[in-house]
Amino acid sequence: MDEIVEEFLVESYENLDRLDADLLALEEDPSRPDLLASIFRSIHTIKGTCGFLGYAKLERVAHVAESLLSRLRDGQFMLTPEIATALLRLVDAVRLMLASIEANGTDGDGDWSDLVAQLEALQQSGGSPAAPAATEAASGATAVSAASTASAPAALRAAGAVEALAGAVAGPGSPAAAVGAQAVNGTGASGGAGGNPISPVLLADAGAPANRVSANGSDGTARAPTASFEPGGALPAEPAPAPAGDPDGGDRLGELLVAAGSVTSEAVILANYAQQLGDERRIGEVLVDHGATNQDEVNEALQAQKERRGSVSDSSVRVDVGLLDDLMNLVSELVLARNQILQHSASRDTVASGTFQRLNLITTEFQEAVMKTRMQPIRNVWSKFPRVVRDLAMACGKQVRVEMEGEHTELDKAIIEAIRDPLTHVIRNAVDHGIEAPEKRLAAGKPAEGHLRLRAYHESGQVNIEVSDDGRGIDPERVRAKAVERGLLTEAHSRELGERELVAMIFSPGFSTAEQVTNVSGRGVGMDVVKTNIEKIGGTVDIQSELGRGTTLKVKIPLTLATIPAFIVTSGGERYAIPQANLVELVRVEADQSDSAIEDIHGAPVYRLRGRLLPLVYLDETLGVAGAPEGRSAVSIVVLKVNDRTFGLVVDDVNDTEEIVVKALGEHVKGIPAFAGATIMGDGRVALILDVLGLARQGHVVGEQRSDAAAASAMHGGAQAEDATTSLLIVATAHRRRTLAIPLAEVTRLEKFPGDALEVAGHHTVVRYGNRILPLVDLSAMVDAGSGSLSGRTQLNVVVHGTGESSVGLVVDEVVDIVQERVEVQGASAGSSGLAGAAIIRGGVVDLVDIEQIVAEAGIADLVGAAEEVVA
Amino acid sequence: MGADRQLCTFVVGGLHLGVGVEHVAEVLRPQQTTAVPLAHEEVAGLINLRGEIVTALDLRRRLGLEAAGEEPQMNVVLTMGEEAVSLLVDEIGEVVTVSEDDFEPPPETVAGPTRELILGAFKLDERLLLLLDTERALAPSSA
Repeated sequence: MDEIVEEFLVESYENLDRLDADLLALEEDPSRPDLLASIFRSIHTIKGTCGFLGYAKLERVAHVAESLLSRLRDGQFMLTPEIATALLRLVDAVRLMLASIEANGTDGDGDWSDLVAQLEALQQSGGSPAAPAATEAASGATAVSAASTASAPAALRAAGAVEALAGAVAGPGSPAAAVGAQAVNGTGASGGAGGNPISPVLLADAGAPANRVSANGSDGTARAPTASFEPGGALPAEPAPAPAGDPDGGDRLGELLVAAGSVTSEAVILANYAQQLGDERRIGEVLVDHGATNQDEVNEALQAQKERRGSVSDSSVRVDVGLLDDLMNLVSELVLARNQILQHSASRDTVASGTFQRLNLITTEFQEAVMKTRMQPIRNVWSKFPRVVRDLAMACGKQVRVEMEGEHTELDKAIIEAIRDPLTHVIRNAVDHGIEAPEKRLAAGKPAEGHLRLRAYHESGQVNIEVSDDGRGIDPERVRAKAVERGLLTEAHSRELGERELVAMIFSPGFSTAEQVTNVSGRGVGMDVVKTNIEKIGGTVDIQSELGRGTTLKVKIPLTLATIPAFIVTSGGERYAIPQANLVELVRVEADQSDSAIEDIHGAPVYRLRGRLLPLVYLDETLGVAGAPEGRSAVSIVVLKVNDRTFGLVVDDVNDTEEIVVKALGEHVKGIPAFAGATIMGDGRVALILDVLGLARQGHVVGEQRSDAAAASAMHGGAQAEDATTSLLIVATAHRRRTLAIPLAEVTRLEKFPGDALEVAGHHTVVRYGNRILPLVDLSAMVDAGSGSLSGRTQLNVVVHGTGESSVGLVVDEVVDIVQERVEVQGASAGSSGLAGAAIIRGGVVDLVDIEQIVAEAGIADLVGAAEEVVA
Repeated sequence: MGADRQLCTFVVGGLHLGVGVEHVAEVLRPQQTTAVPLAHEEVAGLINLRGEIVTALDLRRRLGLEAAGEEPQMNVVLTMGEEAVSLLVDEIGEVVTVSEDDFEPPPETVAGPTRELILGAFKLDERLLLLLDTERALAPSSA
C-alpha cells in the first residue's frame, strides 16, 4: 500500500481512539473547551488528509461533522447526548471507511447519507438553546429532561430533583457570569458573544462550575444572579474557565491539585479569583500563600502536569512491530550465544571470566529492555470500554459509571491483542446482566448509577485484571436450575456442588442465564469463549459473586507471550518441550513396579493414579521413534491436562523447566498435529514443542471425531468436569449387531480365553482364572435375549468385572474402543434387561450396560463370592 | 544469444546439480539436525540457522535416490518466499557461469522424480550440469 495512505491510516486510527475518549469526556463535562478543540482538530486532520488523498465519501462525512463541531466550538449550542451519539456514530463510520481503505484502497460503498443528514440537521437545530432549557428545568421539569439539555452529566449522576434544580437555578446566572469572565479576560470566543448577553458558548464554560458551587450552598446561587445583573461589570465569575481553544485546559495546575485531593475546588476558585483581581503570582504560590496546600504537594502536581504535557510531545518514536520482532529474535540469538559462551567460560582465566560476567549481565538487561519495547499499557484496550459501556447502558436504559485503576499496567502487545475481545465480552456482560436497571437499583437501596470497576496490577510475574460490578450478582440457585435444565449437570450432582462451583458453571459451553436473549449477550456462547481465549494465552479466569452485591471476574495472564515456561522431556534420544500450562504433575514409576503399576486394557495402557485410571500415551510410540531399550530402568509419566482431559505421557526422562522462545515450524513440517512449534535450546540445538492436544488425539486419548465437542466442552472447571465425563469401554456383541458401553471404572481387566478353556460348574459356564473360578456371562445373550452358546467358539473376549472372589467375566464379541465422554443417558432401552439406558457416543447410539443387573439376572450370585479352590 | 547465468553447483548421489545463485542464501557445513518424527521422510530435520529454525530437506530422498550413508551432508540454504529451507547435499561444487545457449530440456535418460525436479541440463565441456527446479524441489510434498 501507498506509504502516504498507510501513514494516514495509522494516524487516523490514533485520532479516532482519542476522539472516542474525548467525546465521552466532553459529554461528562461539557465545560472543557480543550476537549472540544482536540475533537475538532482530530476531525479536521482526517478531513484534510482524506480530501488530499481523494476519499470523497470520507471527506464528505468528516466535513459535515467538522461544521457541526465548529458550531459547538463557536458556542452556538452545546453538546447534548443527541449530538454526542451522532458524533460517536460518525467515529464508527470513519472507522469502517478506514478499514475499507486498508482492505481495498477505497472508502467503501457504505451509504452514509442518513448520518450526513443527521449531522446536518443537528447543525441547523443544535441542542435547544441552553438558557431556556435550564429555565424549563427550574420550572419543575424532570431530571431527565435537564439531563438531555443543560447539565447532562450532573443530572445523570444524581438523577435527584434537588441537584437538577440546583443546576437550573445556577443556569440563568451563569451565562451572565460567563460574560463577565469574558470581559475581564478580553478573549472573545466569537463575535456573537458580545452582541448576545446570554452566550451559550460560555455557558458551557461557566455553567458547570457554577452548578458545583450552587450545589454546595446558597452562596453560589446568590452570587450568580448578582453577576447576571451586571453583565459588563468588573466582578468576574468565579470559575474563570480556560478560553476556548486553550489546549492546556485539561491539565491546569488547580485541577490537578483538586484531582489529587490536595486542595478543595473552592480554594482553587478563590485563588483564581485572587489572580483575576490582580494577584500576579502563579496559582501554586497563591494556594500555598492561602494555606490551602503546601509546597510539596504543589511540586508534585507540577511534576504530574509536566508528565501529562510531555506525553503529547515528541518524546516517542513510532516503530513498526515487525522491527521489534526482529530485534526480539536477535536478542534471543544473543542470549543463546551468551549461554554457549557461559558453558565454556569455566576454563578461562579470570579476566576473561570477568568479561563474560559482564556480557552475561548486559545481555540479560538488553533482553529485558527489548521485551519492554513490546510492552503497552493496558489502557490501550481499556480506552475503548467507556464507549462500549456508554452505548450499551443507553441501549439498556441503565446508568453505569466506569472506573479504572492501574491503566498504566503494561503487557506484551500480543497479549493486549489477545485479551481485547474476551474483556469486551466480560464488560458487556457486566452491563447487560450484572448491573440492574435504575429503578431496580433504587429499590434495592443502591444508587441508581451502577458502578463498573476495572483494575489491573502486577503480581508475581503475572498481570491481574479484575472487572467488578456492583450489580445483582450471580444467583447460584438459578445457575443450578439452568445447568440442570441444559443438561450440563445432573440434578443429584448439582446438589453436591458448592456455591462457588455453581457460579463457575457459567463458563460451561452452552450456558446462559439471561432470560431474554438480547442483541448484546445471552446467546450462550460468551463466557466459555472468554475462558478458552484467556487460557489459550496461558491465563486463568476466576469469578466471585455475591448475590445482590455484585460480581468480580479475575483474570490472570502472563506478562509476555514471547517466552513460555516449558517442561523439557527426553524420548528416543531427542528433547521435547511441553508447555507448562498443560502440566499437572509428574509420576515416576520404578522399574520393579512398572510391570504391575501400568496395566493394560485391551492394548490401551493405563496407570492407577490415586484410584483413577489414567490413560497413558507412550511418546516414543506415538511419534514412531525408537524408545529407550527394553527393560528401561524407570518410567516417567508426565500427567498432562488438555481440554479438561487428563492423560499420562510416558517419556524416557524428564529434564527441567526452561523459558523457551516459541518459533513457528516451516512449511514442510507445520502440518503435524503432534507439534506446536520449535524452540532453540541453550546448547543451540533445535527442540520440538509438543502440542498436547494433538498428541492426545494421536494417542487416541481424545477421540479424533470428538475434537469439536472436546473443544466446545473445554470449559469445565476442575472437579465437576472430571465427574461429568465418564470413561467407557465400548464393546460389540452378537457379531457387531449392537454396540454396548461399560463404564471403565467397572472394568478390572480384559482377557482372552481359548474356547476349550470353558468348563461347567453347576449351571454356569466358568473358566479358570488364576487360581479362582471366573463365572462367565454371555453379554449378548443377556441383552439381546438369544444368541448361541459360548461353547464352540475358538476364542473368547472377556471383560472382567470386580476383583478377587467376586469377579465376573462378561463375554463380548469384540472390544472396540475406550472413550472418555460426557454421557447423557437418554432413558432405558425398551425391552432389554441389563441396560441402564442409551446414549449418543461418537455420533452413534450406544447402550449402556448395567453390570449389577446383569450379574443379578444371570443368577450367578451363588458362584460369585463362593471361594472355591480349583482342583486341577 | 542467451544470457550468461551463474549457478551454484553441488553433487547429490553422483548427479551434478545447479541452482541459480540468486536463490541461494548460504552454504553451510554439516549442522546438528533435530529429527522431526511423523514428518515426511524427505524432511531430514530442523537446524538452527543463527536463531532461525530452518527445515532441512534430504535432497537424495527428494530425488528418489537411496539414502546417504554416514557421511555428514552439507547444507545449501535456499530462500522460498519468506522461509528459508536447507537442502542436504553430498558435496558443494563451485559457482559456475553458464550460457543459456548450452541449455537443453531434460535428456530422456533422466527418469523418475529427478526428471520432475530438473528444468534441464547445461552441456558443459566436462559434464552435464542439471538445473534444479527450486520451486518444485522446495514445495512440500502432498503426502
